[in-house]
Amino acid sequence: MLVDYPGPWTFLLGRLDAREIPLQNPILLWTFVLVSVGAVAVIGAVTYYGSWGYLWREWLTSLDHKRIGVMYCLLGVAMMFRGFIDGVMMRTQQLMAVGPKSPGYMGALHGYLPPYHFGQIYSAHGTIMILFAITPILVGIMNIIVPLQIGARDMAYPYLNAMSFWLTAAATGLVMISLFVGDFSHAGWVGLSPLTELAYSPGVGVDYWSWAVQIGGVGTTLASINIIATIIKMRAPGMSWTRMPIFCWTALSASVVGLSSFPVLTAAVALLSLDRYAGTHFFTPGLGGNLMLYTDLFWIWGHPEVYYVVLPAFGILSEIIPTFSEKPLFGYVTMAAASIAIGGVSWSVWLHHFFTMGAGPGVNAFFSIASMLVGIPTGVKVFNWAFTLYRGRVRFDVPMLWALGALVLLLTGGLTGMMLAMPAINYTVHNSVFVVAHFHNMLNVVGFACFGAINYWFPKVFGFRLDERTGKLAFWFFSAGTVVLFGSMYALGFMGMPRRMDYIPFTSWRPLLMGEEAGILLFLVASYYFVKQLFVSIRDRAKNRVTASDAWGTSRSLEWLTHSPVPFYNFAVQPHINSRDEWAWRREHGLGHVRPDRYEDIHLPDNTPLPVMLGACAFALGFGLVWRMYWLAASGLVGIVVLVIARSFQDGPGHTVPGARIRQMEASYAAAPGEVGAARDPVGGVAAWQTASAPRPRAGDGRPARP
Amino acid sequence: MSQDAHVDSATAVLWDRGGTKHDMIATRTFGFWLYLLSDAMIVSSLFASYLVLGHRVNAAAGPSAGDVVHPIAAFWGTVLLFSAILAYGGAMVGLKRGDRRAVLAGLGGAFVLGAGFLFVEGRDFAELALHGMVPERSGYLSAFYTLVLYHGAHLVFGLLWIAVMMAQVARQGFTANVIYRLLNLKLFWFFQGFVWIYVFSFVYLTGALHVH
Ligand code: HEM
Ligand SMILES: [Cu+2]
Repeated sequence: MLVDYPGPWTFLLGRLDAREIPLQNPILLWTFVLVSVGAVAVIGAVTYYGSWGYLWREWLTSLDHKRIGVMYCLLGVAMMFRGFIDGVMMRTQQLMAVGPKSPGYMGALHGYLPPYHFGQIYSAHGTIMILFAITPILVGIMNIIVPLQIGARDMAYPYLNAMSFWLTAAATGLVMISLFVGDFSHAGWVGLSPLTELAYSPGVGVDYWSWAVQIGGVGTTLASINIIATIIKMRAPGMSWTRMPIFCWTALSASVVGLSSFPVLTAAVALLSLDRYAGTHFFTPGLGGNLMLYTDLFWIWGHPEVYYVVLPAFGILSEIIPTFSEKPLFGYVTMAAASIAIGGVSWSVWLHHFFTMGAGPGVNAFFSIASMLVGIPTGVKVFNWAFTLYRGRVRFDVPMLWALGALVLLLTGGLTGMMLAMPAINYTVHNSVFVVAHFHNMLNVVGFACFGAINYWFPKVFGFRLDERTGKLAFWFFSAGTVVLFGSMYALGFMGMPRRMDYIPFTSWRPLLMGEEAGILLFLVASYYFVKQLFVSIRDRAKNRVTASDAWGTSRSLEWLTHSPVPFYNFAVQPHINSRDEWAWRREHGLGHVRPDRYEDIHLPDNTPLPVMLGACAFALGFGLVWRMYWLAASGLVGIVVLVIARSFQDGPGHTVPGARIRQMEASYAAAPGEVGAARDPVGGVAAWQTASAPRPRAGDGRPARP
Repeated sequence: MSQDAHVDSATAVLWDRGGTKHDMIATRTFGFWLYLLSDAMIVSSLFASYLVLGHRVNAAAGPSAGDVVHPIAAFWGTVLLFSAILAYGGAMVGLKRGDRRAVLAGLGGAFVLGAGFLFVEGRDFAELALHGMVPERSGYLSAFYTLVLYHGAHLVFGLLWIAVMMAQVARQGFTANVIYRLLNLKLFWFFQGFVWIYVFSFVYLTGALHVH
């Protein structure tokens, strides 16, 4: 049943041997050295401070939705950095390899990256940015915020939540290890068929890509199930559908899209793996395969996926803009309806990714019109945000800057999308960098929203605000980079530059390529300021300490009702919802400081190492399959089954936190300045952070002092 | 400014004392429905692939549906599968009465009948393989085997799950955890019958008409 492929195989190591570790490639060698030094430094630091136990008990085995969400975000931000480095490398190669006279270095004819290496970089860049950077960050934000906004104590399935995270982490691990052991796919993030078939890509690169995508896809599907069930089943009493924050609406719509589309991706890539391992002929050029089948299946996931990431971003904008306009959101009902409508329409537009593949005028016309229909609900949203700003008392805090930037980008990205959705235009720019500029423009909307969300909700989770000055610098450099880089790219697209080129034949494109390089250097500066922002904020946390439950003074939704940082139990007593913007309603009616007079016992699930172990087994399964070490793959699979069964036999009684202890903790939050700290058990409870004793007036007593 | 000005802030309830208890069993079952939805998406993708690769070209001058499917064998398989589902229904009746032995008997019956289905299917496939009709032969056969075996793999998993549940019912009795798992397994098991209806109609019955 198993297919033949070129090259040796041993039982113990499968296809792996020492030559697969690319020591001869100076770039990878130095990356390897750098990553190793970094890893040793981190491990050393954790050991030095004796934090292993803390890390294991409080984070890695945690079932707390806030901690899992934070881990998701950290994973996503780290991977975004990796994807960004890939981007810098591609930009630089394209700038160096212009014209026949351009010199070549390190084995490349032009520039410094040979075509095969270049192909791996752009494939890794796309796969990482979409699946392992933006998706985890958004899932992380939904994880943290959704339960808080609906007044729940945790997600509907805390254990499944941890499992989803560790599956995502395992998949990410596969992508990362492909840097140093073997190679990665060179067939694009979309897995261009039939290039991905064994006959044309006999190495392990495509296998790394495909198993990472499948394992990560399962993780994201499970996360979607969890978020849907949480929103439907766990809302606090009084929170009817029309009182639910818009972010929850978008999270719901996005999760329905994710739940229904990710399985299709898993199926498409699994069929490809069957071709590569079992010798079937789903997508092969001969013997009855059909490569358009792959293309269709991929984009049936691919297009809904772009809405899976953009919908939560819309939700984030809908939370930030009212807060900093000091007004309720305009057009709540249409906003909720538009979120659902966008999710629905996203299902019937996938063919616009291959208008040029010869489907015929009728089919193209259908998908063209369907694609443009998306513009209607999106337009509704844009107008709603604009009317929210209209006559509001607009404040330009860092989250608001990111939100406004996202709005501008949404406009240009949406308009170029409309252009692409017209087959007549599409035929001239398809597969050019114009398309690349369009979707980077759209994905930057998501990126801006993520940065906005990080700045907006950071004080809720960690109890102190992020530094304002460096945050603003990061925003402005990032925005400038976006304009310079993607402006140049749009122009190059109009000039007909195809995407994914490792060598540029026309020297007349050099000025615009330099523009792109300048743009990415601005991104580099922006990343520096982002890292600096985190560093400065943690260093000066005492100064930025949030003294009220509402970090911005004008927030509206329920998450701002509980303390900052959020205690592990979220709400000491489940709130009863009286209004659409519950926190704003309580504040405006002078109820902001009213605390419950009586506390009850709280029941919580115990931490468990099983999800981490499951992730490890999934990694072993993936790694074993990539290298065709079948014993390892089989052990991984058996391990997963055994762990699942073992879990079902331990009925996990959980533990109860007595009401008296809750009262104590609540009292410590409201205590006089200087007396706080000891009893605090916040989500970001890194021991050092708790020792800073900043003044802390009564929690929940309204707006912080603002200049 | 607030939209819900009609709630009187002086008398409004702010905290939900006594804590509304979420119905654990209902929440778990709901999540399982969502999982089934995602699985149905995979099944639909496989059906789509089967229909796309059902064209003559995709048989690559090899056997096509008419040569491959054995509706009679599949019919006996169908009888076994639906008896297995009926047996599971029996276990559910036992659960309502809180009758441990009836539940164990129903689960045991479902296990044996489900295994019987797999036996019939396996024998059918072994015969096909003997005639060189293997997945590697053509795009059509790849899609055929993948679709039918995806269903079969679910049954294998279902058997494992039934075995685990028999152990849990015998050891733990009807705790809330055991009950929600029995309900989810019911959904899972019935869902396999539901998928099989489509496989039987679109692959076996329709296929049998395609004799050339
Ligand atoms: C107003 C709504 C939108 C329309 C009408 C639209 C239209 C299009 C069209 C027609 C293409 C295919 C171009 C080609 O390959 O010839 C395309 C590509 C793409 N769009 Fe959009 N788009 C819209 C919104 C979005 C959003 C919200 C995102 C993501 C957040 C997005 C991400 C992408 C991606 C990732 C690709 C191409 C991927 C690839 O080929 O590798 N688009 N869009
Ligand atoms: Cu699209």
